[in-house]
Amino acid sequence: MNTPAPSSRPLHAIKAWWQAAPFALVFLFFFIAPLLLVAAVSFWPSSEYELIPGFTVQNYATLFEGCSNLADPCLALRTYWSTLQFSLMAWGATLVLGFAIAYFLAFHVRSTAMQTALFVLCTIPFWTSNVIRMISWVPLLGRNGLVNDFLLGIGLVQEPVEWLLFSRFSVVLAFVHLYTMFMLVPIFNSMMRIDRSLLEAADDAGASGWQTLWNVIVPLSRTGILVGSIFVLTIVMGDFVTVGVMGGQQIASVGKMIQVQTSYLQFPLAAANAVVLLAVVLMIVVALNRLVDLRKEL
Amino acid sequence: MSDTTDHPSAGLKRRSLLTGTAGILASGLAPAVHAQEKPVLRYLGTAVNQDKAIAEKFKADTGITIQYVAVTTDDVTKRAVTAPNSFDLIDTEFFSLKKIVPTGNLKGIDTKRIKNADKITSLFTTGTIAGKAVGDQGTAPKKVIFLEGEKSKVFAKSPTQFMSLIPTVYNADTLGIRPDLIKRPIESWAELLNPEFKGKTAILNIPSIGIMDAAMVVEAKGIHKYADKGNMTKAEIDLTIKTLIEAKRAGQFRALWKDFNESVNLMASGEVVIQSMWSPAVTAVRTKGIACNFQPLKEGYRAWAAGFGLPATIAGKKQDAAYEFINWFLDGWAGAYLNRQGYYSAVLDTAKTKMEAYEWAYWMEGKPAAQDIKSPNGDLLAKAGSVRDGGSYEQRMGGIACWNAVMDENEYMVRKWNEFVAA
Repeated sequence: MNTPAPSSRPLHAIKAWWQAAPFALVFLFFFIAPLLLVAAVSFWPSSEYELIPGFTVQNYATLFEGCSNLADPCLALRTYWSTLQFSLMAWGATLVLGFAIAYFLAFHVRSTAMQTALFVLCTIPFWTSNVIRMISWVPLLGRNGLVNDFLLGIGLVQEPVEWLLFSRFSVVLAFVHLYTMFMLVPIFNSMMRIDRSLLEAADDAGASGWQTLWNVIVPLSRTGILVGSIFVLTIVMGDFVTVGVMGGQQIASVGKMIQVQTSYLQFPLAAANAVVLLAVVLMIVVALNRLVDLRKEL
Repeated sequence: MSDTTDHPSAGLKRRSLLTGTAGILASGLAPAVHAQEKPVLRYLGTAVNQDKAIAEKFKADTGITIQYVAVTTDDVTKRAVTAPNSFDLIDTEFFSLKKIVPTGNLKGIDTKRIKNADKITSLFTTGTIAGKAVGDQGTAPKKVIFLEGEKSKVFAKSPTQFMSLIPTVYNADTLGIRPDLIKRPIESWAELLNPEFKGKTAILNIPSIGIMDAAMVVEAKGIHKYADKGNMTKAEIDLTIKTLIEAKRAGQFRALWKDFNESVNLMASGEVVIQSMWSPAVTAVRTKGIACNFQPLKEGYRAWAAGFGLPATIAGKKQDAAYEFINWFLDGWAGAYLNRQGYYSAVLDTAKTKMEAYEWAYWMEGKPAAQDIKSPNGDLLAKAGSVRDGGSYEQRMGGIACWNAVMDENEYMVRKWNEFVAA
């Protein structure tokens, strides 16, 4: 009985379809359908108080109006560029931090109990809401905040440092604060699956610590790095709350632009914007996937 | 009437409310009273107006529960346009009506069922204060308050029986300042963009209101004189936004704010010393013991007004309860409560009866406080002897330069505003 009986295979397949069906349906109704709707609305003519089905590319044209002049970039290009910058900065910082912490947890902490305890410690900030965690930066970083009080007190600066709050710095800081965990968890997960004997082998072969890190651990953690990167990049690309709160509402991001458009009932325009954003994010994800074959690795 | 036995304390008041509209109201309410099932009113509005004390007092007086649904100014409009069945009573601003009424989602309010309808201040019905016309640039309430019929989608040119919104609160906004940090008199809107306050100013990030503040500044600086600040041409929008962008790139603004509490925090923490501000926000800063002025300016005020509206689908018991709430609201207690917060109530006569004489003199007549002025929650707002910013009701509301508005070029304006935010 090396091969299964011919009749059991289709039965098996049907079973699998049934098992996949509930989630497929949820996916269809709550993800695919709304997405298609957004795509459809992005081609509807704009009106302030009515949605009238139709077909026009006007929304996309409006979005990229004046974008051919690269000397003075248009609103859309500037906003996308600024959003991309935030994503890259947040990605870089969370990657370094997340990797370092995961490395420490996976290879330096010996006992499983201690690992678990430290891991839980990392999640503590997530017990409060996003917005509260962000707002708590204000009394710390403000013009009359603790940090400035301290710097003035020790005589390091004469005037309060203004760029600590409501600046690109504070936005990235909040991103790092909020999203390092999303990088840490998948990397830690990958690292725990690395066969420890490989490290011993590297050691025996005379590799230095850096060589082991670079040639053994990093390549073997790349699935985690990739998953974490996708998390962080996609979240930051769409974020509008953090940029709003930490940027003093005067730093643009694509998410913020979409939010303003929807609050002014410009749904078709917002939909067009959302479609473009989705395309950009998908391109990033595809590009990342080219570096690692996720399906093979998982 | 069985309700007197159910609510002995409220009975008399209830009965007096009913007299005018006995037929309809009684037939709708009586069964509800018998069944002890009072309707719940879903009240959609911004958090600023949704006071717990008002809902509690109304419940105590009538047994009807108010369920607050708090969203931002923009979201009120959005919900009214997209989900008109998600509320039983809307509390929105008059300028939003230009977007909501054409959808047919609002039902005209029958003024015959509103006891104090004829006592609503003339500012709303004729656009006058003490017989004198006030500025009507922008969406002045008198332009949008009357509908042609109960189910009308257009505004009536002259008074009719049906109102789009029953006005509740209104005020005239100006700049808020920190006198302790500025240390000199501020007299003009132009100061908002004065480089002297570089990095210490803020402006409202609700485009349709923020651009009006910007327009006040542009006029004050003598850059341009608008035919109607509340209805700019594309060229005027471009000019206004250009002025804002230049200031922003020069580092003028510390932040933009969208939410009442944000403006309070910016001012109280000293991040900002001069900004567009709402009167109750100034009050909130003051109750923290921090000096803050709601500064009258020579160019005048930007006024706003909010009111109650009914969704088109409301009917039966719920509708009766909504009318009862509106009538209760105009009956004085709520009006006095709002007046004590620095707002103005739509029916002043009834509010006056619920306020102490010294309170009325301070809040409405611009006289020095005879004794300490306290907020409705008992916080100290002003010491005896101080005078309200902006003087009397007639001085302040008479100084209106324009009203919050929705422009014909609104879509273009929002796009340009986004450019300002992104600059």
